[in-house]
Amino acid sequence: MSLKRPAKDQPQSFEFNSSSLDAANKIISQYPKEKKQSAVMALLYIAQKQNNNWIPLVAMKYVAKFLDMPYIKVYEVATFYSMFNLSPVGKYFVQVCTTTPCMIRGANKLIEACKEKISKHQSELSTDKNCSWVEVECLGACVTAPMMQINNDYYEDLDKEKTLEILDKILKDETPKSGSYRGRINNEPENNRKTLMELKNA
Amino acid sequence: MLKDQDRIFQNLYNDLGSDLASSQKRGDWVNTKEITDKGRDWIINEIKDSQLRGRGGAGFPTGLKWSFAPKEVGSRPHYLVINGDESEPGTCKDRDILRFEPHKLIEGCLIASYAVQAHVCYIYIRGEYFVDGQKLQAAIDEAYEKKLIGKNSAGTGWDLDIYIHYGAGAYICGEETALLESIEGNKGQPRLKPPFPALIGLYGCPTIINNVETIAVVPTILRRGGKWFASLGREKNTGTKIFCISGNVNNPCNVEEEMNIPLKELIEVHAGGVVGGWDNLQAVIPGGSSMPLIPKDKCETLTMDFDSLAAEKSGLGTAGVVVINKDQDIIKCMARIARFYKHESCGQCTPCREGSGWMWRMLERMARGEASKDEIDMLGDVTKQIEGHTICAFGEGSSWPVQGLLRHFKDEIKKRNNFDPIVKESQNIPYLVDQHLLDKNA
Repeated sequence: MSLKRPAKDQPQSFEFNSSSLDAANKIISQYPKEKKQSAVMALLYIAQKQNNNWIPLVAMKYVAKFLDMPYIKVYEVATFYSMFNLSPVGKYFVQVCTTTPCMIRGANKLIEACKEKISKHQSELSTDKNCSWVEVECLGACVTAPMMQINNDYYEDLDKEKTLEILDKILKDETPKSGSYRGRINNEPENNRKTLMELKNA
Repeated sequence: MLKDQDRIFQNLYNDLGSDLASSQKRGDWVNTKEITDKGRDWIINEIKDSQLRGRGGAGFPTGLKWSFAPKEVGSRPHYLVINGDESEPGTCKDRDILRFEPHKLIEGCLIASYAVQAHVCYIYIRGEYFVDGQKLQAAIDEAYEKKLIGKNSAGTGWDLDIYIHYGAGAYICGEETALLESIEGNKGQPRLKPPFPALIGLYGCPTIINNVETIAVVPTILRRGGKWFASLGREKNTGTKIFCISGNVNNPCNVEEEMNIPLKELIEVHAGGVVGGWDNLQAVIPGGSSMPLIPKDKCETLTMDFDSLAAEKSGLGTAGVVVINKDQDIIKCMARIARFYKHESCGQCTPCREGSGWMWRMLERMARGEASKDEIDMLGDVTKQIEGHTICAFGEGSSWPVQGLLRHFKDEIKKRNNFDPIVKESQNIPYLVDQHLLDKNA
């Protein structure tokens, strides 16, 4: 279990805007009527998206009321799952995978790049407060290791130089192109494909 | 090598596009009604004949699992839940199915739902795969639009709704009962079994839970026949499987191959060989991080299926092959895996919550050469205290890789950690209450 703490500075109020409200009601309709609580994770995501990538305590209280469930149950969920940010992470939230398959292909170089460009320590906002990075466990793109995730997008087949380029872009408030940075197509063996060749050449 | 026409996932590399029209060209959704018209028993028997085993790690026979669903729907509805939480280090196969072969999965959901009499299917996708989940959602929307799912799905007379439920970064939610807890809006902590989900699962209703890959191969099996699937691989280890080859190889890749393929062929032919040549190979983790590693000498002749890997005291797991060459520090690699498990333990059972941290810290010290001689056996003891003493298989998953390291690389650890303990007390360690049960040679 990882240790997570809510931010010290908390906003005083929170409520869903109209698009969040629509999204929330749509999600709730996917579960049986008396099982609204199932939507709690999805609603926390919606709150997180609306609130610049993090969930303040008032948002948890709001979600609890929205779903007729105790606040502490929402708090429990929000603190259990690692993807709910309980303090500000900036507009660009960089997650670097350092689990073994990435580690043995040089994930530590990506960490170095983050330390140089964003902030010295993980979970620490950059000077312009627009960006932060964190080391995470396996993101499920082991074949294209080392890799990192920025907000929802995967950046794969990286090395230090390419990571620095990507980070430069986000620090300039641009969204870099996602996917492989060695130009390979998806998860195919680069320049060594032996299967489904007819389709490749079709 | 498996013939191309026997590959189920023709669009594994997205040469053809994942939209409905291209999927139909590949044979998806063609006469789905013909399959369901043959009836539930025929479907389940055909899957039993194919000897398909679950692709999520445990390898449980799928047909058998489906037959556990109650024959008659009582007062509680049935549910089908698809496990796409794919978080096992070394594994990235389900992601490619979600984004490139979504219609195989959706059609599989319809057939499986029909077979187990479920009208609602939840697909649980790990939160990090948001973009891939959106691609699946687009495919689901397209299927609704073309009336392939929804009311009277694809003309089969069966009503089916499919919803995606996103996880939020908890490895443990790949455990089926933790996944159900997560869908119910709780933290993902596994439930005691029995009762098994097939009888008491989601919302207390009968629930069948299958991996993404398992469900996605179902339509093809039913079209081409269980016998065809069973003719690939070998007895009880049949069919094809997507292997993910990562780590120190020249061309890491996903590839669909026949079960029972030699490991050496996977690495040398498909993945372009070990970085630095075959002789530079140190060890291979054959089935995702939970499975004990296999040293090089055994990799020469090893074949990749459930039973032959079990005979080597390892397992096929999710078929995430992580290749580690001699440039890597094997103890460090395993220490990192131990850190993963320490981070992901849900905290429900004490042996796992505390033990996973112990294993990590001990391995970190062993990697630095700061552990004393006696700690090597102590580490083995810790793994034995966790294994089998937890609610779910996470306990095994976290202790097996450490046991694998101790089994095959004990000399390496001893060489690095060779000093005598300050306090010499080789016997009677007070906190180990059942020392007499421990296997000293593990």
